[in-house]
Amino acid sequence: MGRIVRIAARNLLRYRRRTALTTLLITIGVVAMLLFLSASGSFKAMMVGQITDSMLGHLQVHRKGYVSSIESLPLTMNMKPQMISKVEASLKSINEIEAWSPRIKLGAMFSNFAQTTSIRLNGIDPEKEMATCPELMKRIIQGEMNKLPEPGKILIPELIAKGLKVSPGDSIVLVATNKDGSVNGINFIVQGVLEGISGPGGRDGYMHINDARQLLRIDDNEVSEIVVRLKKPGTLKRVMSKIKTSLGEITSQKGKPVFEIHSWEKLSPFSNIAKMIDLMTLFIKIMLVSIVLISVMNVMIMAVYERIREIGTIAAMGTLPSNILKLFVIEGFLLGLLGAIMGTLISIISILVLQQAEITFAFGRQTGLVLYPLISLSDIAFASIVVVVVSVLASLQPAWKASRMNPIDALRHV
Amino acid sequence: MNLVEAIQIEKTYLSGEAQVSAIKHADFSIETASFVSFVGPSGSGKSTLLNMIGCLDHPSSGSLTVAGKDVNSLDRYSAAKFRGEHIGFIFQDFNLIPVLTIAENIEYPLIMVQNWPQQKRQQRVNELMDAVGISDQASKYPDQLSGGQKQRVAIARALVTHAKLILADEPTANLDHDTAYRIIDLMKKMRNDYGTTFIFSTHDPKIMDAAEIIYTLEDGQIKQTKGGTKHG
Repeated sequence: MGRIVRIAARNLLRYRRRTALTTLLITIGVVAMLLFLSASGSFKAMMVGQITDSMLGHLQVHRKGYVSSIESLPLTMNMKPQMISKVEASLKSINEIEAWSPRIKLGAMFSNFAQTTSIRLNGIDPEKEMATCPELMKRIIQGEMNKLPEPGKILIPELIAKGLKVSPGDSIVLVATNKDGSVNGINFIVQGVLEGISGPGGRDGYMHINDARQLLRIDDNEVSEIVVRLKKPGTLKRVMSKIKTSLGEITSQKGKPVFEIHSWEKLSPFSNIAKMIDLMTLFIKIMLVSIVLISVMNVMIMAVYERIREIGTIAAMGTLPSNILKLFVIEGFLLGLLGAIMGTLISIISILVLQQAEITFAFGRQTGLVLYPLISLSDIAFASIVVVVVSVLASLQPAWKASRMNPIDALRHV
Repeated sequence: MNLVEAIQIEKTYLSGEAQVSAIKHADFSIETASFVSFVGPSGSGKSTLLNMIGCLDHPSSGSLTVAGKDVNSLDRYSAAKFRGEHIGFIFQDFNLIPVLTIAENIEYPLIMVQNWPQQKRQQRVNELMDAVGISDQASKYPDQLSGGQKQRVAIARALVTHAKLILADEPTANLDHDTAYRIIDLMKKMRNDYGTTFIFSTHDPKIMDAAEIIYTLEDGQIKQTKGGTKHG
């Protein structure tokens, strides 16, 4: 086999320019695909990570109907302690779950004693929230860094801090209406300012869950949602299914489900952008396959056409059709392999350069996001295997034609 | 012992709607280690006959036995295998592979056809290069050789697999007279040294005189016009 590979390599070298051009074309295809995969994949991973790790978690459990009316943050649809116990029992039984955090979501009026605006707030248990959304603290851009709100203090969104000229340490008043319609107001100290991020909840403030209960005059431990973090994001569908199975069995007296479970994808519009990125990645992959298929097939068809007499000679000598087929398929394989190796090397170098360049970009209202492209071994392996397999497939037809050639006709060919 | 035995073989082609007989009821036999020439004008059927003996083509009717095998019944795969084991070819245009050196061209059938181990291959290639007098050209490429040298390489390549029968279709057609004679002499020497049967076609009267047995073809008919016993 080694000798056939050497002969195939020599055959490729006899048309150096054509081989070089085809290899270059395959290389460009591989580079384009790997650079796109690394840039888009890193952007997607960064945005998804930001959404899940600092805001939404991987999935959320609500009382049935809550999400469809989430704009009004209905306090009447909070989960009661009994319901929370059932949810927690279900979550405890699933190994793939790393942590969960209960939240009370509320709308309030925010006043700096001179101006008033509306604010959306999350009442959180800092310890549980830290375990569930570990990146939330990294969004604190002013005030006490790396610290979630203590009782009596709140984290406010950047836009409100700027708009009302409020800084950490300032005293403010929150006024909220509870589910019975009565209004309550409490003074708080601004502990920090949060950087806004894209998506729902990206411009919410945070306060201690006990403060939220006090402001809303909630006596029992009811919550609006339970945010869940998984050990591995890839297990999302499986965990969703498990939770749905266990909580789906719990129904109201009317026989209707009590809970609803949503993945971050259903809660954030960014999932559509992620899907678009996946679709574009698919198109890039199809383009790569097409480039390799057409270029290798073209080269191999030409190679067979130009070597008809040679094929007749080796067939007359007694070379088995399978060995003739092998010879041409190996030529295609080598073309693909060379393109894949060169493409991978150039891609890795380009990615390292891009990492050093620290290119920044804006997304929505977020600016200064740093593009840090990364490529996984599985992506490199995928691109290389696709290129090599498609190269072999593209050379099969010309190789088959060569192996089936009638030696007499081939020897007569001029 | 007859290496080739043809009984009433015919070869017909369809040319448009007309049926053309290329070989008509040919009976002949060729003994082992013979030095035979098929002669005749262009279109007389020499190449057709060589192609059938070389298992590149089948007779339309009749019986053709080569090296004890009825070759009429061979399919594509078996015919290739049979050629690889028993038959060597020498071509008018030499048909050397341009990307391989002279040594590699001779070695080629041992890799692609017979799959010999490397050391054995090397010994055999060196032996053949010495035999045909091209040892000093081993690392050159075909385009660096003269026509006569290329044909010597082709002879070595045909012999390298210990073929029982070498078929040469107009092996001297692209050579000048002196070189052509030297090539015919070399083929005869190889027949003497290795006991290999050589059958070559030619329409050059001076070259055909070198053959020990001559079969003349005319309009598809074959008759022996010289020799008849084994030489060497």
